[in-house]
Amino acid sequence: MNPQEEKVKIITEEFIENDEDADVGRQKTSRVQRRKRKKQLPTAGPDEMVSEKSHLGDQQEPGHEDPNADARPLSMPTRRGPRSLPPIPSASRTGFAEFSMRERMREKLQAARSKAESALLQEIPTPRPRRLRSPSEKELETEFGTEPGGKIQTTQQEDDSQSYSRVKFRDSVRKIKSKTPVPPGFPSAEEAYNFFTFNFDPEPEESEEKPKAKNRDGANQEEGEGEEEEAPVPEGIDKTDEEVLLDDKDAVDFLLGLDRGAEDIVAVRPADYESVHIRLQKEKELLFIPSRRTVPTYKKLPENVQPRFLEDEGLYIGARLEVPRTNQNIMENRLLMQEPGRRWFGDDGRILALPNPIKPFPSRPLVLTQEQDIKAELETLYKKLQALRNAVQVSLNPAKTPKSLDTTRRAINEYKSEIRQTRKLRDIEQEKDRTLLKTIIKVWKEMKSLREFQRFTNTPLKLVLRKEKVDQKADEEAYEAEIQAEISELLEEHREEYEQRMDEYRSAHQQWKAWKKAQRTKKKKKKQGVEEHPDDEMEEPYPEEDPVKPVPPEPTNQAVIEQEVRERAAQSRRRPGEPMLVPELSLAGSVTPNDQCPRVEVLRREDVKRRSVYLKVLFNDKEVSRTNSRPLGADFRVHFGQIFNLQIVNWPESLTLQVYETVGHSGTTLLAEVFLPIPETTVVTGRAPLEEVEFSSNQHVTLDHEGVGSGVPFSFEADGSNQLTLMTSGKVSNSVSWAIGENGIPLIPPLSQQNIGFRSALKRADAISSIGTSGLTDMKKLAKWAAESKLDPNDPNNAPLMQLILVATSGESYVPDFFRLEQLQQEFNFVSDEELNRSKRFRLLRLRSQEVPEFRNYKQIPVYDREIMEKVFQDYEKRLRDRNVIETKDHIDTHRAIVAKYLQQVRESVINRFLIAKHHFLLADLIVEEEVPNISILGLRLFKLAEQKRPLRPRRKGRKKVTVQNLSDGDIKLLVNIIRAYDIPVRKPITSKFQQPPRSSRTFSEKQAASPTTHSPTHSADYPLSQVLVRPFVEVSFQRTICHTTTADGPNPSWNEELELPFRAPNGDYSTTSLQSVKDDVFINIFDEVLYDVLEDDRERASGIHTRIERHWLGCVKIPFSTIYFQAKIDGTFKIDTPPVLLGYSKERSVVAERGFDPVRSLSEGSYITLFITMEPQLVPGESVREKFDSQEDEKLLQATEKFQAECALKFPNRQCLTTVIDISGKTVFITRYLKPLNPPQELLNAYPNNPQATAELVARYVSLIPFLPDTVSFAGICDLWSTSDQFLDLLAGDEEEHAVLLCNYFLSLGKKAWLMMGNAIPEGPTAYVLTREQSHYLIWNPCSGHFYGQFDTFCPLKSVGCLIGPDNIWFNIQRHDSPLRINFDITKPKLWKSFFSRSLPYPGLSSVQPEELIYQRTDKAAAAELQDRIEKILKEKIMDWRPRHLTRWNRYCTSTLRHFLPLLERSQGEDVEDDHRAELLKQLGDYRFSGFPLHMPYSELKPLIEAVYSTGVHNIDVPNVEFALAVYIHPYPKNVLSVWIYVASLIRNR
Amino acid sequence: MAAAGPSVFLLMVNGQVESAQFPEYDDLYCKYCFVYGQDWAPTAGLEEGISQITCKSQDVRRALVWNFPIDITFKSTNPYGWPQIVLSVYGPDVFGNDVIRGYGVAHVPLSPGSTSVCENICFRHKRTIPMFVPESTSKLQKFTSWFMGRRPEYTDPKVVAQGEGREVTRVRSQGFVTLLFNVVTKDMRKLGYDTGPPDTHGILGPSPPQGLPG
Repeated sequence: MNPQEEKVKIITEEFIENDEDADVGRQKTSRVQRRKRKKQLPTAGPDEMVSEKSHLGDQQEPGHEDPNADARPLSMPTRRGPRSLPPIPSASRTGFAEFSMRERMREKLQAARSKAESALLQEIPTPRPRRLRSPSEKELETEFGTEPGGKIQTTQQEDDSQSYSRVKFRDSVRKIKSKTPVPPGFPSAEEAYNFFTFNFDPEPEESEEKPKAKNRDGANQEEGEGEEEEAPVPEGIDKTDEEVLLDDKDAVDFLLGLDRGAEDIVAVRPADYESVHIRLQKEKELLFIPSRRTVPTYKKLPENVQPRFLEDEGLYIGARLEVPRTNQNIMENRLLMQEPGRRWFGDDGRILALPNPIKPFPSRPLVLTQEQDIKAELETLYKKLQALRNAVQVSLNPAKTPKSLDTTRRAINEYKSEIRQTRKLRDIEQEKDRTLLKTIIKVWKEMKSLREFQRFTNTPLKLVLRKEKVDQKADEEAYEAEIQAEISELLEEHREEYEQRMDEYRSAHQQWKAWKKAQRTKKKKKKQGVEEHPDDEMEEPYPEEDPVKPVPPEPTNQAVIEQEVRERAAQSRRRPGEPMLVPELSLAGSVTPNDQCPRVEVLRREDVKRRSVYLKVLFNDKEVSRTNSRPLGADFRVHFGQIFNLQIVNWPESLTLQVYETVGHSGTTLLAEVFLPIPETTVVTGRAPLEEVEFSSNQHVTLDHEGVGSGVPFSFEADGSNQLTLMTSGKVSNSVSWAIGENGIPLIPPLSQQNIGFRSALKRADAISSIGTSGLTDMKKLAKWAAESKLDPNDPNNAPLMQLILVATSGESYVPDFFRLEQLQQEFNFVSDEELNRSKRFRLLRLRSQEVPEFRNYKQIPVYDREIMEKVFQDYEKRLRDRNVIETKDHIDTHRAIVAKYLQQVRESVINRFLIAKHHFLLADLIVEEEVPNISILGLRLFKLAEQKRPLRPRRKGRKKVTVQNLSDGDIKLLVNIIRAYDIPVRKPITSKFQQPPRSSRTFSEKQAASPTTHSPTHSADYPLSQVLVRPFVEVSFQRTICHTTTADGPNPSWNEELELPFRAPNGDYSTTSLQSVKDDVFINIFDEVLYDVLEDDRERASGIHTRIERHWLGCVKIPFSTIYFQAKIDGTFKIDTPPVLLGYSKERSVVAERGFDPVRSLSEGSYITLFITMEPQLVPGESVREKFDSQEDEKLLQATEKFQAECALKFPNRQCLTTVIDISGKTVFITRYLKPLNPPQELLNAYPNNPQATAELVARYVSLIPFLPDTVSFAGICDLWSTSDQFLDLLAGDEEEHAVLLCNYFLSLGKKAWLMMGNAIPEGPTAYVLTREQSHYLIWNPCSGHFYGQFDTFCPLKSVGCLIGPDNIWFNIQRHDSPLRINFDITKPKLWKSFFSRSLPYPGLSSVQPEELIYQRTDKAAAAELQDRIEKILKEKIMDWRPRHLTRWNRYCTSTLRHFLPLLERSQGEDVEDDHRAELLKQLGDYRFSGFPLHMPYSELKPLIEAVYSTGVHNIDVPNVEFALAVYIHPYPKNVLSVWIYVASLIRNR
Repeated sequence: MAAAGPSVFLLMVNGQVESAQFPEYDDLYCKYCFVYGQDWAPTAGLEEGISQITCKSQDVRRALVWNFPIDITFKSTNPYGWPQIVLSVYGPDVFGNDVIRGYGVAHVPLSPGSTSVCENICFRHKRTIPMFVPESTSKLQKFTSWFMGRRPEYTDPKVVAQGEGREVTRVRSQGFVTLLFNVVTKDMRKLGYDTGPPDTHGILGPSPPQGLPG
């Protein structure tokens, strides 16, 4: 490097100093001197050089275009040694070229100089000025010869490059400084020349200073020829040195010493010549040319090793690839020269090689496949024909056939017949081929025309008809020859036939002649003896008439045959000279890009893009895997490229692929099923070919764009003729194979499984069976065959077969007939199963772990069986036994028993479902995490930060809720605050004879209007003002624990007492589910404490008080525990459920009432009590199951409901908004589907035909008589299940929703305007009421009690209204208030009621889930009567049981009186019979002091009845001479709805 | 009953919640409680406890020492549901709110034995429990929970003693708590349960189990 560099410097110096000195010769001479001076100006040269380098680059191009460019090649060889070069070429040539060049350069320089400054620092890539093209062949050779020397040089240069780089760095610094070293307008010839010479300089400098680090500037072209270059780089230097200047020694000196600056002498010497021989010799030293001779084997093998031929040893060696011997030899020789040469050779001394990977069958370009098949077939047929013909020819020549003549002839005949057949086949095939070609062309033309018509193409399919030119003459000849051959054959055939026929004819003729002769003779005979043999004559002619004179066969006409043949040929064959058409189908056609397509086509393409396809793999009809969903390509191809490994444990019976299509984001549709055959045992992974299975579906698809749907007729023609119907169809290309295990054994089910289907499948496609080995069932036969046919057992192709034979014959792989899932189960059983079943302890443990309700919370299971009582299991076993037995002990009425059973089962299944759901945890179940707050909360929080941590006056905080986890008995208490009561009935003095004006039954309106006022005058007259009216107290009973308040005075008492009742969960299970299913009620009974003076003797009155306290039941409030549990607290005023007839008591008609201050109140007269009930500690109510139930509703509708609900919840979170509910089968149903007019029982309609209001009341009463059973109790923890009205009537149990729905449906059917009203009521909490619109006002109906309230009734239990539901819409209350008193029920006002279905979402006309009509069976009266008797009996027994220490006497007379009275009560619905009744009773039982009342209940079970009777406390009277009366009346309503009346009374005889 | 042999076995555990390593936190206190199966019942001692607040030691160990005693006796008929001690460590965060610093759980050692105090002898029942806390579900929640001092907590610390439902949570581990246990059992062997190495001081050979203890 440096030497070169130095030289450059030298040259530049030269030019700078002797500017005018253009004379080259002088240069040469003065060089030495100058060189000496070089040290004085060491940097000037580089400066100059670098500064002009860029100009150089710019001007390179023009230089090339120079007409004198021919000079360039000459200078080429000098390219690597430029520093020494300049003088030479210029010297050798005349100065002219040089001069003209210089002139040009000067001009260019002028122009370029301005550019130079800006371009200075850029290294503009330019094409290399010089190429290494010029050196002749010889030179090239020498190049190689000199290469080593060159290499040495390079390394040396590299050594020096470091020192150079320093210089270079300095240079580059200077580069910037000295931008314009030469003043403009100073382009001397020297400078130009200088410039010109520099042409060479920068480049080697550049290229060599950073040879590897980066691409040489603009050297891209050279880069490609790197090989070429690398050698020349150093070599060039050498060469030029040699050629130009120095002898060897000097050159070396020069090269090595320049940088040392030791020798500055440059001598010019003639070109050095190296002779070819020397060069060759040098080459020989350096180059290795492997010989082409065969390498002896011993060289290739380790010493003293004999070659070993594996094939001889019986090992399998695949076929080697065909490689020419010489190539092999060269390779071997080369390998031997390499260091670890021997490892390339195998034991047999040959190069190791893999078997030939090329498969023996040809592959061909994508051509219409069917056509190809026929082609191939044709070819074979042709060949066969040819071969047969040859054979015939050969065998016809008797000299050549050594076989016996006989066999030959037979063979010939066979051949001939075969020829005939083959020809026939060939003709057929040919014809087929032609027609096929024609259809191909036709279809293609159609397609083309269609594409033109549409002005776009959407498939890349392209058909190219390749014409194969045929030599007309040769073709004609061949054609003719073919025809001739055929003709001759035919002729021959015909001749044969002719001969044969001739033979026949001859023989026939002979026969005929003979017959003729015989005939003649016969005739003669006949003539002789006609009379003798008349019969014979008659008989004979018939049989002998047959032989007709045979017609001699016509000799074959050659011309005819020829014509025939020619005709046929013309028809089926290509005409001679006609070009052969080879259709080729390719996918090379261009598809019209989207932007050039019409819109419809773009639409179609987009639609195609939206579609994706996936496959499901079904094994034995079970889905085992599925592919990814892949979009459909523009050419309707989908590439999956997935391999599914299937480990099968069942016998493979079927393998199915299901093709599914997905359009956009909507659902998937099953397109088709593709059944794949179970692969043969020989088909192993890697060897299975790809197979295509077609499928098609009969699905109808109509598309709204251009695309052709499927199953839709369409036409390609413009006029719509020629209609086509395409079906969705396609091909699945797949391959199925058996896997190969780790040790290379195919994982195939053993054949010992005698499966016929499998074997037959095996038989069908196995090659062996086609060979002729009959079936594979006989493995020995197969093995024998394999041995005989010398099947290479080591050939991997045969491996599966060999494996099969091995497995089958050795019998080693015994497969049991059964499959065991857990093989080690036996070992893990720590006791035997019998013992496990026998042991009570184990049984208990197991039942507990199965979460059987009875044992779920069993604690401390004893260690020993003996400690476990048998009775532990009794309940459980009984339950199990009873599951299917319907017992009628508890359920007197069988229908109800069945219903109860059914309910029980539904409940169990639902609870099981719930239990499963309970084990699915959500994050919220485990982790308490604050929600991300919104701004307002955040603001509050920030505000709170500033608050004191522990304020002196803490604010009241909500009670902490307790999760029911570690609670036990006694932890939970029920707190009941009895505050006050209003309007308690007051005692009436016993007036001996009370005359009540007889009243006929009153109408409804009259009742309403008159009832408050009618009694008042008479009553108030009766009361002595001073007397205590009533002394009520309240008794609360819950779970048979009883607490009571103190006694207060008067009809409006105020107790303000807190009662505390303990709570016990069933089975000690305090889990949420268990608590939810507590069915106990809290009874709040109001009693009147009555003191009776029992002093027998008036004389003792002065000394003692002897009174007896009696308590008279006045009424009760019943609140289910579940309500308390879910509501957490119950606070409000409740109507006391008073018996319709309370003997001895009457309502106090307050003076206020008489003033008539509230007509509102008149509607709901009764007694009220204010209560506050809660639990301590507060329990967290269980959540409803969050499982999303599936639905059959429209997806859009469901989304709309969610949206609606979310919107409503946002505005009014506390208002109930219901859009969907869950039906009894667990499906989500839109709520309006429940509402539909349904007919009430006809019986009820007939009762008051002219009074719609009375009918409505009756209907409400009927509905209220259906027992109430909250869902939360039956389906613990699960949200409400809504049953339809018929289900409800069948079950005869339901909660508010069902009652409300039924009532609403009845009202709708009665022609009322009715809505379901969802809201909050007391005490039910969230509930459903029914709203009806009367003429001028609205009525609110409580469906469970049958009561109705005006909109402005303050005592209406409904406290807030969330939404109204009609049969076709839902209205959500968006008014400010939700109390029914303060809202407007006009749902037409969108500002007050937000409707679900609106203009934007019209009502889609949902079908109802309700039945068309309700069918009512008339209840069996006799059964009711029987039930009545039984209930009466049971109740009587119960009362006696409750009074164990007293005698219970029954007053039969009174009982019968009461029994007569009860139907009356039923008829009047328990209203306003009091006075009549009282009068009557007094009349009949004047001697008794009577206290009692009728209880009215819907009938569901016996237990509630008993409970109710018990709660009245009638039995508690312990007056010695007390008598009891109990009457039961059951009024049957249709559909087994029973209204039960129980009249309980105690009688004490007055003295 | 006494003649027929014992019907329950007893497990007496005493020990202490010795110390903790929480490199990042200080002023921590710890709560412990026991979780046990249905066949177990505590007969004596405290089932739950809450310790004092402790500050880090000033030495290199930076240990938080509670030395909070545990003393409880269980009786049981069945080793299923063997008691686990659940620890939860709390401490103030930057704003002074008490936040959870770690949950941890360990089974009471099955084999009887006492802790040797000597340094050289291996501690038989010294347990070092890694502690972890539930992670927030999102970055935003993480920030707000940090900001408001309401970190995600388990609804019940006893959750950590159960395997069910844990898959829905994500936790991060932080710190260790060291526990020492001394365990005494009674009648285990008589009921056929053999835990740990043969006790040379115990009954000579297991008496044949009467009945079928499972």
